[in-house]
Amino acid sequence: MSTRTVLHEADIARALTRISHEILESNRGPAGLVLLGIPTRGVTLAHRIGSLVTEFAGESVPVGALDVTMYRDDLHRNPTRTPQPTQIPPGGIDGKTVVLVDDVLFSGRSIRSALDALQDIGRPAAVRLATLVDRGHRELPIRPDFVGKNLPSARDERVNVRLVETDGVDEVTIGS
Amino acid sequence: MSQVILIRGARLEGSDAADVLVEDGRIVEVGAGLTRAGATVVDADGLIALPGLVDLHTHLREPGYEASETILTGSRAAAAGGFTTVFAMPNTSPVADTAGVVEQELALGEAAGYVTVQPIGAVTVGQKGERLAELGAMADSRARVRVFSDDGFCVWDPLIMRRALEYVKAFDGVIAQHAQEPRLTEGAQLNEGAVSAELGLTGWPAVAEESIIARDVLLAEHVGSRLHVCHLSTAGSVEIIRWAKRRGIEVTAEVTPHHLLLTDELARGYDARFKVNPPLRREEDVLAVREGLADGTIDIVATDHAPHPAEAKACEWHAAANGMVGLESALRVVHLAMVDTGLITWADVARVMSREPARIGRLAGHGTPLHVGHPASLALYDPSPVRTFTAADLAGRSLNSPYLGRRLPGEVRWTLHRGTVTVADGVVVDSPLAGSGVGA
Amino acid sequence: MRHLLDTKTLAREDALRLLDVAEDMADTQQREVKKLPTLRGKTIVNLFFEDSTRTRISFEAAAKRLSADVINFSAKGSSVSKGESLQDTAQTLQAMGADAVVIRHGASGAPRTLATSGWISAGVVNAGDGTHEHPTQALLDAFTIRKRRYGADSRGRDLSGVKVTIVGDILHSRVARSNVWLLGTLGARVTLVAPPTLVPHDVSAWPARVTFDLDDALADRPDALMMLRIQLERMNAAYFPTEREYSRRWGLDAGRLAALGADSIVMHPGPMNRGLEISAEAADSPRSTVLEQVANGVSVRMAALYLLLAGTERVEGAAAAGTQKEDAR
Repeated sequence: MSTRTVLHEADIARALTRISHEILESNRGPAGLVLLGIPTRGVTLAHRIGSLVTEFAGESVPVGALDVTMYRDDLHRNPTRTPQPTQIPPGGIDGKTVVLVDDVLFSGRSIRSALDALQDIGRPAAVRLATLVDRGHRELPIRPDFVGKNLPSARDERVNVRLVETDGVDEVTIGS
Repeated sequence: MSQVILIRGARLEGSDAADVLVEDGRIVEVGAGLTRAGATVVDADGLIALPGLVDLHTHLREPGYEASETILTGSRAAAAGGFTTVFAMPNTSPVADTAGVVEQELALGEAAGYVTVQPIGAVTVGQKGERLAELGAMADSRARVRVFSDDGFCVWDPLIMRRALEYVKAFDGVIAQHAQEPRLTEGAQLNEGAVSAELGLTGWPAVAEESIIARDVLLAEHVGSRLHVCHLSTAGSVEIIRWAKRRGIEVTAEVTPHHLLLTDELARGYDARFKVNPPLRREEDVLAVREGLADGTIDIVATDHAPHPAEAKACEWHAAANGMVGLESALRVVHLAMVDTGLITWADVARVMSREPARIGRLAGHGTPLHVGHPASLALYDPSPVRTFTAADLAGRSLNSPYLGRRLPGEVRWTLHRGTVTVADGVVVDSPLAGSGVGA
Repeated sequence: MRHLLDTKTLAREDALRLLDVAEDMADTQQREVKKLPTLRGKTIVNLFFEDSTRTRISFEAAAKRLSADVINFSAKGSSVSKGESLQDTAQTLQAMGADAVVIRHGASGAPRTLATSGWISAGVVNAGDGTHEHPTQALLDAFTIRKRRYGADSRGRDLSGVKVTIVGDILHSRVARSNVWLLGTLGARVTLVAPPTLVPHDVSAWPARVTFDLDDALADRPDALMMLRIQLERMNAAYFPTEREYSRRWGLDAGRLAALGADSIVMHPGPMNRGLEISAEAADSPRSTVLEQVANGVSVRMAALYLLLAGTERVEGAAAAGTQKEDAR
């Protein structure tokens, strides 16, 4: 098993800073933005991006979490998953620009589940997707709007994201 | 039928090995180094010879409930367990409360040819507890009934019980009481205790058995009668019998093999194989009845063999029938619970499972010792193996045994009923009356 | 979780997991679209041998909100009342493709017999068996106590140190039994109050204190007071002499309600005998959680059905959240 680190702490920090600027640029400012992280590490990243966006825009942007367990299409093929909490910020999502935040984009099925979940919660004006790593191999027509790093990978390789808040260190590794 | 059988090297009632020569249905010689030309030789090295076992409490289900058991299939089960005589309880359909039914049962037993089937007569008509059945007619019939019981039901009315106890003195009969105060056990499912409380099953309190036994021994004392107590199951009941015997009251008591071994803890999981009346009790009760059997307070072991069809047990506990089959496993369970624990010897086994049951049932010529001149009714038992009890060990029609999957010691290898081989080399013989049971 | 038969054998971590998932389910009930697609394509059978509109509707609502198909089978007028056995009924349901069977039966142990018999491969949820257990009731009761006490901060919490007093016919109550085990598992202190005739003969091994005096129990300032329905038929079997006497000695009247602490809650599994075991004031006071219990019942039953049906056979030891996600982003 050989693992190599593709992103170190500083790389991740730079990527998140750039994503935060890109979000503000494409939205023309902070108005109407709601960041929803997909648990577990997507939520951590959403909070980091939220802090950065708030800092750059000078105005706070709501951050929450969107658990997609109940909407997955592969529940019956796996051991029972424990859902994580969904926290929709007080302003809701109706008419807002929701930015979904995840750590790794792969087949796209999680994001499809997230779109189904959003549909049952409200009607956003627009939904965007920010991901720290895009490793390719999409099985559905889903594309990210903001990407930290494009990481070509073989299907059977494992891409792991570790963050200080949950794992004690910031790094992205790929290995087989 | 008139085979000459030479049994070599059997340990008579567990003591020294000897040879036994059987001819024309009787024991004709006992000694060492016996020979006889033309005799069928049975190598009984290592086997214990016991007088043919006598069960004072069996349910043969015929007439009326032949789906569970018939007199033929029940006789085979009995033979497989080393029994040569069984007393058949009267809760059949029609109830055995007339001379006609008991004579029919006797005839069916004779035709089957495996064991002596001695009918028990009901105490009251239809076992309803209202009017005495024609006890005298049953006593005078060809079945010569001496034991009367409403087993399944308690003779609850104290006046009826008194009259019954008095009446049977005329022909040396005995009332065998199923002690269960009905008002304290309405809807009862399991021994009233910690397990029933947790399982949400209506309790069957020990006092419902003990209060009837206490009443009955005093009645028996007052009218000067014998009394027999069926399937005694609680520590309190043992105490009452002990007290009664000290007072000189003519009471005898029986205990089932399952009450010597199993407790109500087995009901956890709601497996209805363990549902029985009286119910399995606590560990303290098991220890008390073992002690009672060892010291003679309890006189005999009786199986209460109660066959039921699969659907009566493969259902929720509440809907299940009460009862366990027990003929095939009885000796093995007594071996495990009483002999292996050092509480009784094989000679005691002969007493409590053969001699005393016959005496209480007033059946002469049964439960007789392994001496010259007596009928050749005996069982040869191998005490050494320890095997898992399976459906293959059951020889009757029903499979509701609580021991399935459990390891039990011993194995009945041969059973002879008045000289007729009914079990040969561990296998129940097909047509015992046809003659050659051995080497078929 | 293969079956949910009782709380006696429900481990603490499984109980907490169920309560936490119920929180998530409760949250979805606040949305505009209350439905989740999670159990789409699954068939859940409500096998009710005893009448119970309330519990059946609760399970039906729970199943439908998870997009499962529901089949209701009630014993009255069915083949069961004509003598069909539990075995045959069960095998018919199996042949119809039931994925889960929610069973309410008058015989204690019937759900366990159904689950262990080998007649069906479906998961079994006990919706009340005789006088034995009613696990989802105890779970919704625990959920309610926890919610009232910790509000939005309930997730992950147990009931350590919470004092719960249960009053009524303990002998015949499956709600009482299930609550005793579950509350004990969650660290609560349980007191049982009943007339002596309605306490089982031997409760020495139960993790609860037993007293015959309600006022004495109230002096201990319970955090939750749970009143159980008393069945009037018990009067005819001489468990207590009259309604009046029962109500006077063991009923929650205005006086006893006033003696309860301001933060204490009054609970009842329903249906209530207003004026008998619980006065109208108590039932309608802000401290009463009766209606919340009903709402929480749906969330708890959604959680139970989800945990029973959403995965394959549960693997011992939860898969780490990180590696789970790797499989199908």
